[in-house]
Amino acid sequence: MNENLFASFATPTMMGLPIVILIIMFPSILFPSSNRLINNRLISIQQWLVQLTSKQMMTIHNNKGQTWTLMLMSLILFIGSTNLLGLLPHSFTPTTQLSMNLGMAIPLWAGTVFMGFRHKTKAALAHFLPQGTPIFLIPMLVIIETISLFIQPMALAVRLTANITAGHLLIHLIGGATLALMDISPSTALITFIILILLTILEFAVAMIQAYVFTLLVSLYLHDNT
Amino acid sequence: MDVKIGELPSWKVMWDFTPKGIVGAFQRGYCCYYDKYEQVCQCEERGRCWGFYGAYVLFNYCLSCKELKCERPHKHHQGETSVDGAL
Repeated sequence: MNENLFASFATPTMMGLPIVILIIMFPSILFPSSNRLINNRLISIQQWLVQLTSKQMMTIHNNKGQTWTLMLMSLILFIGSTNLLGLLPHSFTPTTQLSMNLGMAIPLWAGTVFMGFRHKTKAALAHFLPQGTPIFLIPMLVIIETISLFIQPMALAVRLTANITAGHLLIHLIGGATLALMDISPSTALITFIILILLTILEFAVAMIQAYVFTLLVSLYLHDNT
Repeated sequence: MDVKIGELPSWKVMWDFTPKGIVGAFQRGYCCYYDKYEQVCQCEERGRCWGFYGAYVLFNYCLSCKELKCERPHKHHQGETSVDGAL
């Protein structure tokens, strides 16, 4: 049972060759670029969504911060589409791999921090000590703020990994329970099936929310440093 | 696009083999499929390319077929049946 639970998180291979890169690149096919004045419905809907999200997310930034719009929009589209595609049966979700999420979180966080230290060094250093701190607490608070700064990329990556993995595990467990209960007690299996449906709806919401939270936090780190 | 057989080598050399070009080729192919088969249908649900997602599910099912075989019910050599399911 333990092996079956975590088998869906193993990186997929085809004839011994890893195809995880193909699966990571797959969502990019679903967002075609447009070269026409009037596009088809799919591209129009996607463009409307991207404009809505970029307006909502990037208005708080100044000119320097708004240069990251393409990066942040690509990030939210990639994570959102990867999470949603992972909810299809038997599919592999790249965002369940901590290595991948760390690979997204650390460079983005480091980029914002280096940007802050490069362009606004005093303000970036001032973040290590909140205003109004008593003098005898300063050394401890600087240490705490430094730790909280370095925890940020870890928290970003682990939050996404844990949420998506936990959701998939729950679906796997409750689906298995429903199948097992079908022979024993069909009425209980029906209740479990209803719970499975509700959980799937929740997972669709979590998939989109986690993409938004990841991107929003990177955006906030950027806002603090620009 | 009309390419004559004699012009195939020179046409192949014109391809863009950069990663951006390869991704663009897949996107153009998907767009052509969508414009030809999905958009002509007025129903909104078909516009979401369920056939495309179905092919993706089928592809992943074929990849994970070996692990799924362990979950199927199998008979012992004495003729008794047992379910070796996920639980």
